[in-house]
Amino acid sequence: MDIVNQLQRQYVDFLSSLYREGLLDDQFLQIQKLQDESNPEFVNEVVTLFFEDSEKLLHNLAVSLYVDQQNVDYQKVDACVHQFKGSSSSIGAQRVRNICASFRTCYDAKNLEGCLRCLQQLKDEYYLVKNKLQTLFRLEQQIVAAGGVIPIMG
Amino acid sequence: MDVSASFSVSTDGNGSKQEPPHVLAVDDSLVDRKIVEKLLKTFSCKVTTAESGMRALEYLGLRDDQENTLSSNGSKVNMIITDYCMPGMTGYELLKKVKESSLFKEVPVVIMSSENIPTRINKCLEEGAEMFMLKPLKQSDMKKLRGQLLKC
Repeated sequence: MDIVNQLQRQYVDFLSSLYREGLLDDQFLQIQKLQDESNPEFVNEVVTLFFEDSEKLLHNLAVSLYVDQQNVDYQKVDACVHQFKGSSSSIGAQRVRNICASFRTCYDAKNLEGCLRCLQQLKDEYYLVKNKLQTLFRLEQQIVAAGGVIPIMG
Repeated sequence: MDVSASFSVSTDGNGSKQEPPHVLAVDDSLVDRKIVEKLLKTFSCKVTTAESGMRALEYLGLRDDQENTLSSNGSKVNMIITDYCMPGMTGYELLKKVKESSLFKEVPVVIMSSENIPTRINKCLEEGAEMFMLKPLKQSDMKKLRGQLLKC
């Protein structure tokens, strides 16, 4: 049916743009490959865990960097960013992962200003990729609702 | 050699089954635990996850305050795969504890890490780790792992 084709094309174009713009990398495809009939919601589940984890980490980072700026616990900052780097890398959120790498340079040098900048960038990139992934899932739901199958890419 | 045939749980009419390998996966990250579990299950492994080195030792019956008897859980573990960087007990420390135990020193231990640090890798291999894998893990990594499992 026309609608299904339209939606599928929209999906492919959208996902392609996410790869092209570097928001997602090959690891996301690896995650998609793991989804099967025995676990048809796998990608959604993993990404939801990533969202929950990330928002907790962003909160903890804000607390560490804003509450007592004379006594920033950079080890805590390290622990949070390390975790964030790991989870974003595991689901293929490339740009988020890259910010974590620059963040490390800042807290290694105990550069508070740099850290605050990185935190802002991290938030921006995180919410951007979250928004895009939610759009992607909505497109998937529309395809399935219209009776189609989600195109496999790569 | 058909790798999958050795380990898939065949459910033919006779009901004969080959035991799938049981892997204990240890990682403090919930996201990574979920992914490694799925990766292993995709390759027909039975998986138990633990969120820390302590929990893993508990499962194996190796915690200091546990009796030194054969835990019914641990005796069926064919491989342990653990993250290196974990709060509390690192994967390296877990590896040491496993290799020190008479019950589990033969169980292959695989270390995963997001960082490619040669001194870290060598340290783990010297302590008896079977393999070192770089995160994020992919299906091709699991294929390699299955190859290792076949050896034991």
